[in-house]
Amino acid sequence: MANFTKATSVKDWLNQRLAIEKVEKVMASEYWIPKNINFLWAMGMILAVLFTLLVISGIFLLMYYQPNVDTAFVSVNYTIMSEVDFGWLWRHIHAVASSVTFLIIYIHMFTAIYYGSYKKGREMIWVTGMLLFITFSAEAFSGYMLPWGQMSYWAGMVITNIFSLGDLQFNGLVEWIRGDYVPGQAFLNRFFMLHVFLLPLAIMGLIGLHFAALRIPHVNNQDGEEIDFEAESKKYLDGDKKGSKVMRFANDFMSKDIMVLAIFLIFFFYLVFFHYTFALDPVNLDPADGLVTPAHIYPEWYFLWSYEILRPFSVNIGLIAFGFAQVIFLLLPWLDRSPNTVPASRRGLFKYWFWLMLGNMIALTALGKLPPEGMYSTLGLISALLFIVMWLALPFITKNEKKA
Amino acid sequence: MKELKILAVVIFFTLVTYWLVEPYAHGVMHKQVDSKQFAYSDLDEATKGVMSKKGDATRGKDLVVNGGCTGCHSITVADIPATMDAVTAASSYGVNPPDLSNSGVVYDAKFLAALIKNPAQALKVEHKFTPESGKMHPMVPFYGMGGDIDQEVADMIAYFQSIAVSQDELTPEMAYENACARCHSMKYLNWTELGPKPSFKTEIESLTYDLKVLEYQDSLKAYMGKLPPDLSMQALARGETRARNFIEDPQSYLEGTAMPRVGVNAQSAEKIITYMFDSADPKREQRDTIGTYVIYFSILLAILAILWKKEVWRDLK
Ligand code: HEC
Ligand code: HEC
Ligand code: HEM
Repeated sequence: MANFTKATSVKDWLNQRLAIEKVEKVMASEYWIPKNINFLWAMGMILAVLFTLLVISGIFLLMYYQPNVDTAFVSVNYTIMSEVDFGWLWRHIHAVASSVTFLIIYIHMFTAIYYGSYKKGREMIWVTGMLLFITFSAEAFSGYMLPWGQMSYWAGMVITNIFSLGDLQFNGLVEWIRGDYVPGQAFLNRFFMLHVFLLPLAIMGLIGLHFAALRIPHVNNQDGEEIDFEAESKKYLDGDKKGSKVMRFANDFMSKDIMVLAIFLIFFFYLVFFHYTFALDPVNLDPADGLVTPAHIYPEWYFLWSYEILRPFSVNIGLIAFGFAQVIFLLLPWLDRSPNTVPASRRGLFKYWFWLMLGNMIALTALGKLPPEGMYSTLGLISALLFIVMWLALPFITKNEKKA
Repeated sequence: MKELKILAVVIFFTLVTYWLVEPYAHGVMHKQVDSKQFAYSDLDEATKGVMSKKGDATRGKDLVVNGGCTGCHSITVADIPATMDAVTAASSYGVNPPDLSNSGVVYDAKFLAALIKNPAQALKVEHKFTPESGKMHPMVPFYGMGGDIDQEVADMIAYFQSIAVSQDELTPEMAYENACARCHSMKYLNWTELGPKPSFKTEIESLTYDLKVLEYQDSLKAYMGKLPPDLSMQALARGETRARNFIEDPQSYLEGTAMPRVGVNAQSAEKIITYMFDSADPKREQRDTIGTYVIYFSILLAILAILWKKEVWRDLK
């Protein structure tokens, strides 16, 4: 057993039992961060804060929400929005935060792709990040079912239908997922459970893992510089704060994290109070009606690009393309064959690959919402094919990259 | 400087995506209809005669009573009661004919003139009452009382305008009740198709009332082909512009729809829209006020955060 002495202070008492000083060093004051990183490295912290906001606002919504097909719509749109004091505020925060989380996730992902932050020991950061993306997608989808509006119902119908896997006709699987032939009470109940319990739990675990995966390789930097963290941190501790290439996480980088976060919050609250309709689709303000199909069925904006990879093809091919799009990002660290961990701007062909991929995904996002007619369906097909071809070409493009 | 450039790139791509997914895609998906500012100019021709006459309210009163209107409509301000209750009226006409006390202020005068002479035309439901269908609009047209029919109609309109409250006194709720309540419920503000649901002491009374509502809805369904949707959330579900254009002319959005053009004037339409927002978005003023404070507060917080960061980083750079 360890040797415990009479504590001289509360801190000492805790320190003997929890080693808080050590923990503080590992997690904050001696968690070394390179100095040459920009505000894009604060996106992770913004995501952590957004997730916290989602949990808190979600708890308040949960106090009045009723997971019942007859009362869900009213409990959200009337009870929470009109009757409960500040219910509207929690709902707007929850809806806007979920949508903005995806915006920041995409920025965070493309930052990592641009700077090559998924290579050289950072593969697990990337993989856990992608797992977070997948669980977040499931979380967003299950949450979208809960108000039981027209879009909840019909998006639920369309997305669960995907599991019949086209000509494989796995209708039994679809019914098993729905708990019924069509979305109904059993369906709502299970998505409620997933949304408020299982998936948030999984996300919390994955965030922990994501952070742990960061600790050993440290974060990347914007110049692709190889930093000797041992030597540089010694310089810092010996007093040469200016000369050292690294800084403490707390308070050094944290002060910047918080600065970026505070500026972001102005934008966030502007959306919450004055520009929230993009996060609360008007079609979903009609109560669910299994007999009336809405003229246009589309998912939330952050799923549009993968929806558009499914849509232009015949059912079976579409499903294969869709499956491809879901897993391919996960494999990025191995598809990129170049050892260069430098910004894309210094990486030959990859530079063009990056901007084209970004532009094409924005195009897919727009086309996923536009009705698939005439020019839009042709463009959709081209964009979807381009997406696939570009991923297949990636190993060849990066294989012969010159040492940067 | 470099960071600002990066920020500009991030903002650029975010805005492009936003613009494509929201304004652009919605513009393509939903056809835009131009408002004609409630001018009802398609009725100019049919009402030329009436509109050139100056009406006389006293003569108008006799015409309204003797010309048949009160056989179907009540006029409570003039102590003229309904001849039957709403449920019975609906079983005869398909819908309960509205009380006419405030019709002079809610409806456009030109529209009223056209309505009295030819309801199906004014209401734009002639597609439902074609000669081949053999069906007649439940409101019989006014064929005149022997004098100059245009003068008679002008007199009636003058009468309705004389008994109505002024536009200033007309509340959003009154405008809504006159023009929409006979067909639509608005549950979040306690409206059934029979009016605001009273609170009852016993469950039997409450259920009896609900039963009447169901009976009324059955007649309405038979008349309209479907139950008109509840309007509680429609202000947000359809959006303000679309709601306004839809009230002005339902056919412009839903061709062949059973919902009549109700013929309200522009001011009444605004009040009806306000009322729909009172139901769908009752906290909008609170939201705007609090939102402004929160933004100011966030700006203050951001300034403090920037200063703190500068302070910490002075030793680093
Ligand atoms: C045979 C019964 C009957 C008679 C007579 C009748 N109405 Fe009507 N009126 C109706 C019915 C039924 C409606 C509702 C029609 C609908 O909503 O489709 C109606 C609707 C109206 C409306 C509302 C129209 C709108 O745009 O919403 C007005 C105003 C009106 N009547 C005025 C009159 C006047 C003035 C007269 C006398 C000249 C008259 N009515 C005679 C049955 C009648
Ligand atoms: C005579 C009955 C009648 C009256 C009066 C009436 N409506 Fe309707 N309304 C309908 C019917 C029927 C529908 C369903 C139309 C359809 O789906 O074709 C409808 C549909 C609507 C819709 C939904 C349109 C959509 O896009 O689906 C709105 C909004 C609406 N009405 C608003 C109003 C307002 C506001 C008023 C009063 C100014 C009003 N209505 C008066 C019968 C009526
Ligand atoms: C809610 C979800 C997420 C949270 C809370 C989160 C949080 C964080 C945090 C705090 C950091 C360190 C600071 C930074 O570089 O921003 C980080 C880094 C990183 N994240 Fe995430 N992240 C999330 C999702 C993702 C996703 C979806 C991916 C992509 C697949 C991803 C990939 C990465 C990578 C590669 C790094 C390392 C960056 C570098 O080394 O420069 N993360 N994340």
